[in-house]
Amino acid sequence: MTDEVLVCREGEIADGDVRLIKVGPVEIGVIRHKGSYYAYRNLCPHQGGPVCEGLKLPQVVDLVGEGGTYIGQRFDEDDMHLVCPWHGYEFHLSDGCHVVDRRVRLKKYNVVQRNGEIYVAV
Amino acid sequence: MNEQIKSARDLASEEFDTRTLLRNAVDQAIERHYEDFLIVDVDSHHYETESFKEITQYMDNPVMRQEALYQGMSRGGITSPDGSYQEIGGRITRYPLRKTERVPPSPHRDITLTERFMDAMGTDVTVLFPTPMLNLSNCPRVEVELELARAYNRWLCERVLAHAPRIKSMLYLPFNDPDACYQMVQEFGDRKGVVGFMVTSTHYRKNYENPYMRTYAALQERGLPLGFHAGFNWADQSLAMTNRFIAVHGLGFTWSNMVHMANWLVNGMPERFPKLKTIWIESGLAWIPFMMQRFDNEFMMRTSDAPLLKRKPSEYMREMYYSSQPMEMVDNRKALELTFEMINAPTQLLYSSDYPHWDMDLPSTIYDLPFLDMDAKRAILGGNAQRLFKLDPVMSPVKLARKAARVAAE
Repeated sequence: MTDEVLVCREGEIADGDVRLIKVGPVEIGVIRHKGSYYAYRNLCPHQGGPVCEGLKLPQVVDLVGEGGTYIGQRFDEDDMHLVCPWHGYEFHLSDGCHVVDRRVRLKKYNVVQRNGEIYVAV
Repeated sequence: MNEQIKSARDLASEEFDTRTLLRNAVDQAIERHYEDFLIVDVDSHHYETESFKEITQYMDNPVMRQEALYQGMSRGGITSPDGSYQEIGGRITRYPLRKTERVPPSPHRDITLTERFMDAMGTDVTVLFPTPMLNLSNCPRVEVELELARAYNRWLCERVLAHAPRIKSMLYLPFNDPDACYQMVQEFGDRKGVVGFMVTSTHYRKNYENPYMRTYAALQERGLPLGFHAGFNWADQSLAMTNRFIAVHGLGFTWSNMVHMANWLVNGMPERFPKLKTIWIESGLAWIPFMMQRFDNEFMMRTSDAPLLKRKPSEYMREMYYSSQPMEMVDNRKALELTFEMINAPTQLLYSSDYPHWDMDLPSTIYDLPFLDMDAKRAILGGNAQRLFKLDPVMSPVKLARKAARVAAE
């Protein structure tokens, strides 16, 4: 059975910031990015690092031109990652899956916005 | 705040603190009851550069001391030969935030920071190594390596090891000067907290050359192990072929030790110094089965190339010691289990964290392995190191208190 936990009022978490809440023994990171909210358990599946406390950085892209030539690198701002600060494991902010091996994933929680308030379904 | 929420933190207003970063490690330590046994971390690090002004005061040569004070010792920037981005472009947050961590005026900052990560992980005793000095041997001025090595060793003994019974070290050997290596063993071999000596593997000296023999003999006589601590030198001609850190690190940290292992074996050093214990540090484990297979195969065809060896190379390697980190654990459990068998891990493997570096391993990397029994786990996590270094099993006060509380509650 899921239970909705009130996290904060709309706008209380600044864009780009993270609020960590503890519900029972579980710590959850509620992340606001470009107006959307994401919630993940603050526990990296690799060695248990506090993944929600890491940087948010876009996917790095190697640019390859015609004939397989290397052109350079850029960020793909449409694919933001959450990076575990312990070892650098990177997960898609959108779904919590590791950027290469989707079997390695964060525990995701639904975020509900209602009447100007933000809830996490736990 | 909702009543269901026990606590809330806003990261934007938090200061960096090792104890906060590693609090999930505390949970692991509590869940696995690490207070029931000794954990020895045989490879952790501090940043001696943060204490560089102090270390320079231990340099005897006033000219070099002035020069060192003026130049500092930090790694160079993005354009320097070792201008690495170990912190993955800021992704490993403890690298840039470390300098902001607050500590009390005493004990020494390095003691406080080291004990914080030890207590978080459940480590009782650690063997602490420097960080930038792992590449000191590449300094073209041998006298700089000598002066700084001696200053660092003196400083570490006097300011850190003398005041922290749970922190040990294998001191730096200035390998570019064999006579100085010997003198270093004689001068510091009996100092408190010194449990061996270390060769940084990123040098271009041949460990089989005769001038080193009296150093090995002195270590053997004292019962002190010799460690080869891996590293990389991006200016190395072969590694300079690489353009990404993952390549220079993945190859360099194994290659640097593979070269010294090859020389150590084929020149019969295990036969010449049969009681000298060697430890191969921070190369992970996957390179060991490769070398065992490769060198056994070649040796059976070319025994005349290594006539001092009375047994196959792998048999000598199985009697050496290896630190565990960075243990290759992704999708390869069978390979890892076979590796543990090949190196006789229950007696030869030593847990190491390498904290605070980017690829650090927690004790749970050993504790959670399904193919080890509890005796083997405890041996690798602490018992083997305790025996090898002849350590007093000094348990961490945090673990002792946790155990007492647990017993009281039962």
